[in-house]
Amino acid sequence: MNHAPSPLHTPQTLAQKLIARAAGQAQVAVGEVVTCQVDLAMFHDSSGPRRLKPMLDALGAKIWDPAKVVLVMDHYVPAQDADAQRIVQIARDTAREWRLPNVIDSEGICHVVLPERGHLRPGMLCVGGDSHSPTGGAFGTYMFGIGATEMLGVVVTGEIWVQVPRTLRMQWTGQLAHGVCAKDMMLHMIARFGMNGGQYQAVEFAGEAVMALGMQERMTLSNMSAEMGAQAGLIAADDTTCAYLRSVGVNEEALQQAHTWHTDAGADCEDFAFDASSLSPQVAAPHSPANTRAVGDYADVALDVAYIGACTGAKLEDLRAAAQVLRGHHVAQGVRLLVAPASARDQAQAEREGVMQVLRDAGAQVLPNSCGACAGYGATFEEGATVISSTARNFKGRMGPASVQVYLASPWTVAASALRGRISDVRELL
Amino acid sequence: MTTSRVWKLGADVDTDALAPGAYMKNGIDVIAQHCLEALRPDFAAAVRPGDVLVAGPNFGIGSSREQAAGALVHLGVRAVIAPSFSGLFFRNAFNLGLLLLTCPEAEQLHEGDGVALVPEGVQCADGTVLPCQPIPDFLMDMVHAGGLMNVLKQRSQGTPHA
Repeated sequence: MNHAPSPLHTPQTLAQKLIARAAGQAQVAVGEVVTCQVDLAMFHDSSGPRRLKPMLDALGAKIWDPAKVVLVMDHYVPAQDADAQRIVQIARDTAREWRLPNVIDSEGICHVVLPERGHLRPGMLCVGGDSHSPTGGAFGTYMFGIGATEMLGVVVTGEIWVQVPRTLRMQWTGQLAHGVCAKDMMLHMIARFGMNGGQYQAVEFAGEAVMALGMQERMTLSNMSAEMGAQAGLIAADDTTCAYLRSVGVNEEALQQAHTWHTDAGADCEDFAFDASSLSPQVAAPHSPANTRAVGDYADVALDVAYIGACTGAKLEDLRAAAQVLRGHHVAQGVRLLVAPASARDQAQAEREGVMQVLRDAGAQVLPNSCGACAGYGATFEEGATVISSTARNFKGRMGPASVQVYLASPWTVAASALRGRISDVRELL
Repeated sequence: MTTSRVWKLGADVDTDALAPGAYMKNGIDVIAQHCLEALRPDFAAAVRPGDVLVAGPNFGIGSSREQAAGALVHLGVRAVIAPSFSGLFFRNAFNLGLLLLTCPEAEQLHEGDGVALVPEGVQCADGTVLPCQPIPDFLMDMVHAGGLMNVLKQRSQGTPHA
């Protein structure tokens, strides 16, 4: 007997389920505009207090729920001049005035320290005052970036509007070769879809090659959903997710429903197939992440700087990858290797494992746990420099003068290229 | 009918071009002076209130920094007309009261053209209208109010917003 499926049983995507829960509805339809309750709002020293406080004061309003706010000082730390000092001071003073219980000051980059402190859990809907906020999607969290004025709306009302997105599902089969990683997968997808190919919809990463990745590698995928122009970059929660969350102190009660946060069979997705086994290391040439080709196409590019940094490319797993390549070697003459570990905890663990020593022995200069040159707010690269970087964006003028040429690649490829002084295929060194 | 002068830009205009990182520690008045300087060094000094920007696809890609939209508001830019926008920039622009018109045929317009914004889209000097995607009422309300801040002010004062 054939029944028309009840609307209550329409298969839902992960994105639909997450938005429906936050909107207090049984389900939501693609294209529908709904008002969601925000479970957590994150902002940093640049996007946060210095912009929010004057607006909040002008309204005579208060933060709707300080326990749901996380403030991270990562963009202007350590302060390099009087302006930066003033901005960071505003953040610290405001944190006290607002009695914010969750402040992470100069201990790493927001997108990395947020999950590291157990703030993100499957099923939540979160916003961040930073474009790389989709990083949270790696934990089965619907998280997206917003500007300061919209953040004001959130901290006053606790709500935000969302237009329910379509889901573009990236299905990765096969197994990555040694030295090929999440960053290569992401650069490859950005090349295929373009910088706005995500059309502000939800991207979901799925398939055996994705689920084989550790949490920090999954974060790299979700992080660079921003460079695809997606609103969110989601990965269903699984045992790997739960194991990570337990390790950062998330309690069992919060994990009981973790496995329900997945896309139902038969849900309406646009599927795209990729083969991990045949993927080469990828490099994005100046001045767009979409300018990506296989590493061999750029093999003659000589380098001045190799940069391992940012939420995208200097987490513990990234540092370990670089150390595997650099162990027992020294970078080529004339190349400066700069390493800015993404968080203090990741750096401390890398220190315990001997990873930091390997990097220093290879000639690396270790920089503070902050956004650093990636944001382009402080120290950047010199006129005319050619740089290979594990970061997310190589827009003209972002990381220094307009003459700076930035190539984007994985930490594996950055390390291999630092050794040879030119862009190199890491697989030849492993 | 008000005629607006067109500034023509290419595709993929990013937020670093609109609000360069090196000036992000400054106020919007300083950032606005450097708006688009990497692409059009003459822009900030020569743009007049009421002018419109016309660009290729993917306008506003990159950062969440709303100063990218704020700089255009500060300079008096009336609207940005492009075939597509970054979704994050789109939200920021309306939150600051900046009108964005998604116009598939935007690239038919030229530098220096005079255009009028009409309910159906963008009207060229010869009278042809390039259609634009409809904008939800709640976003147009935000443009009319001059941004989300004013909407919140009206709400906190108990005034029903327009």
